[in-house]
Amino acid sequence: MSATGAYAAAVLRRRLLMLAPLGVAVAGGAAFWTMLNRMQVGKFDPHDIGNPMLGKPIPDFDLPGVGSLAGFSSADLRAAAARQPVVLNFFASYCIPCAEEAEMLDALKQQGVQIWGIAWEDDPAKTADFLSRYGNPFTRVASDRRGTTFINFGLYGVPESFVIGSTGHIAWHLAGPISPEIAEKGLLPALRRASS
Amino acid sequence: MIPELGNFALALAVSLAFVQAVIGIWAAHRRDMRLMAATPGLAVGQLLALIGAALALVYASVHDDFSVINVAENSAIAKPLLYKITGTWGNHEGSILLWGLILGICGGLVAAFGRNLPSALRSRVLGVLGGTSAGFLLFCLTTSNPFLRDFPAPHDGRGMNPLLQDPGLAFHPPILYMGYVGFAVPFAFAVAALLEGRIDAAWGRWVRPWALTSWCFLTCGIAMGSWWAYYELGWGGYWFWDPVENASLMPWLTGTALVHSAIVVEKRESLKIWTVLLAIGTFSLSLSGTFLVRSGILNSVHAFANDPARGIFILGLLGLVIGGALLLFALRAPLLKSGGVFAPVSREGALVLNNILLCSICAVVIVGTMYPPFADLLLGQKISVGAPFFNATVLPLAIPVFAAMAVGPLLPWKRGRLWPLVVHAWWAALAATIVAGVCAIGMKVLPALAFGAATWLILGSFAEVVERTLLFRAPVVNSVRRARGLPVAVLGAAIAHAGMGVTIAGIAGMSLASNKIVEAKPGETFSVGGYQWTLLSVQNGEGSNYTSRIANIEVMKNGVPYAIMHPSRRNFVSQGQTTSDVAIRTNLMQDLYAVLGDEKGDSAVLRLHVNPLAPWIWLGAVVMAAGGALSLADRRLRVGAPSRLRNVVPA
Repeated sequence: MSATGAYAAAVLRRRLLMLAPLGVAVAGGAAFWTMLNRMQVGKFDPHDIGNPMLGKPIPDFDLPGVGSLAGFSSADLRAAAARQPVVLNFFASYCIPCAEEAEMLDALKQQGVQIWGIAWEDDPAKTADFLSRYGNPFTRVASDRRGTTFINFGLYGVPESFVIGSTGHIAWHLAGPISPEIAEKGLLPALRRASS
Repeated sequence: MIPELGNFALALAVSLAFVQAVIGIWAAHRRDMRLMAATPGLAVGQLLALIGAALALVYASVHDDFSVINVAENSAIAKPLLYKITGTWGNHEGSILLWGLILGICGGLVAAFGRNLPSALRSRVLGVLGGTSAGFLLFCLTTSNPFLRDFPAPHDGRGMNPLLQDPGLAFHPPILYMGYVGFAVPFAFAVAALLEGRIDAAWGRWVRPWALTSWCFLTCGIAMGSWWAYYELGWGGYWFWDPVENASLMPWLTGTALVHSAIVVEKRESLKIWTVLLAIGTFSLSLSGTFLVRSGILNSVHAFANDPARGIFILGLLGLVIGGALLLFALRAPLLKSGGVFAPVSREGALVLNNILLCSICAVVIVGTMYPPFADLLLGQKISVGAPFFNATVLPLAIPVFAAMAVGPLLPWKRGRLWPLVVHAWWAALAATIVAGVCAIGMKVLPALAFGAATWLILGSFAEVVERTLLFRAPVVNSVRRARGLPVAVLGAAIAHAGMGVTIAGIAGMSLASNKIVEAKPGETFSVGGYQWTLLSVQNGEGSNYTSRIANIEVMKNGVPYAIMHPSRRNFVSQGQTTSDVAIRTNLMQDLYAVLGDEKGDSAVLRLHVNPLAPWIWLGAVVMAAGGALSLADRRLRVGAPSRLRNVVPA
């Protein structure tokens, strides 16, 4: 290569190097743009923390019931899920989002969705009071008063919901209350997938 | 009426900023002296309009004008007066106005102190500042207007987030923003230099005081944030590698690099392109940090009102400011004359090393902070990056920084040798080894090494001062005379570097902290960190807008009463929110730290900590900032230097 060619190559390299910061900024900006746009339509949620149990079989438990109702064990839940996918909902009487979610759960029950509930670290009397006040959408309710089942499911708060598929595996997870939009776009499709 | 005037003043500031941008750049381009002379007046006018807007908001807040939505949502009649004033910048809209006001102050200061700048350069700098200001003020006016009204007005406001009702946090945003926004001035100088196509030693000398002033404020701002987290959140930690904290650390790291590389521009006329890039990069990181925190992209414990729609406006604005500057950089920087070569062992060589390491640390922090959202976007994976990553990656890069920063100032310019370092700094190295060795007997390796590093930094930083004053070698009178002739900047640098050592000692001390969570009944005694803590009682208390439960804890050391501590839990009625009020008893060598948790029956959960050297973490930051401020007082920097900045009180 001639001397002028080498010089031209050096100049080009220099120009490209000086262009690099702009390239990084443009790439970063484009990524943020995509994130913001997807956040607005609910397709991207950086605050969703996921669940370590997703895709795994449900952990074993055997919990007492609330008031006069009998509780249930993991074996009961597996047996029920083998017939029809179950939505397992963790809630508590002191949890305000849970009370707001009650109406949505009731609507799902009307659509024939099978929902089982576990009350987390809650006085059974207060749980019973909660169910009589906001309605009982649950096929069966159990009380996890010591919170161990809660920990085994890898939860971080209430309300959280799971879809248990026919094989007894956790097929879907949501931290926070179920909104009509989430039910439409997330929960119901997950139930359809889990039953097929 | 007053809020309308505020709104009008804000709109006026937007227009003045636009005119300032256009005239500043156009006049310099046309070399029109008369037009150029108009820019300082515009900058001052913009500042006055912004002061008017800020005062109008304070007026509305103090007079409980709840027809102003912003006041109704963030204030209440029962709120103490101090927080009615400081609360104006404790929310999104008000903080954006504060941001704009500080940018206006920067423009006003350049106008006031920049008389000895070449008029074309001053005109361009003010033009760039005006353009940036116009964008942010327009954002404030259109999407985050604090003066919007709503009729009929509610009878009382919703009140402020109780966590923010704290004197430390009240003044945290202005200090932090002075740091963030202050870097707009070096940014404007960099863009002006690119427009002009010329950078020389004088440019370096003009930029450095601005960079240094912002750096001092940012240092204090970060320290205040960390201190607030320590005593207000009550988690017993001081730094959580939270995205919001990282967002303030990133510009601090590149800003530190900028303060140092500008010295090389000034003394040796090299590293020019790099310094311009650092100036642009530092302000870009300041801006992106604010944006990321407010857009909700980053998952942080510090909850701002997240609004993706607003985020898109800011992103567009950032694209204009950052993208425009970097485009100009890509076009013009290759044409700048690059500096000469220099030896690796020399003052400038040490400063380059400093730059490389600081920017590497910054890159690591960026990767750690941005990885979760990017992994989510590109790979669909939920990942969180926490303290273990940052500790493991930042530490190896920080060690060479600490090693070099004590002795770097001992190296001469152009060409140096390593041998003189040994001659001048052997005593600091010896002391550091002894300290590390002694500490290693009683504790783990890492804290022992950190104490050694702290000793090395605190003593080694003064090696140059000792050397230049012939301390211990000449008669004391002689040394004092020499010390008086010493450039203030040398002393400032030594103090700032030693401040880092103080902070490291604090961090090392904190790693030895002991703590215990206990469920205590009144009268029960627990032993934590060599002290006996007895819960005496828990009683009710009442504040101006909260009720509280106050624990009385007696602390004894070897059977001798040492302190009575009163941690409490406050329940803010109007928000239905509970905060914990930590009790801290400090003697500067260690903190006793007690938190009152939940109560069950007659027993209460207490968290008791003994944190050795904890106050040094923030003390070190204050020392660093004081060193920076001292170095600003150096006569050699007085050319266009804003050394009187600290006298200006933000409205």
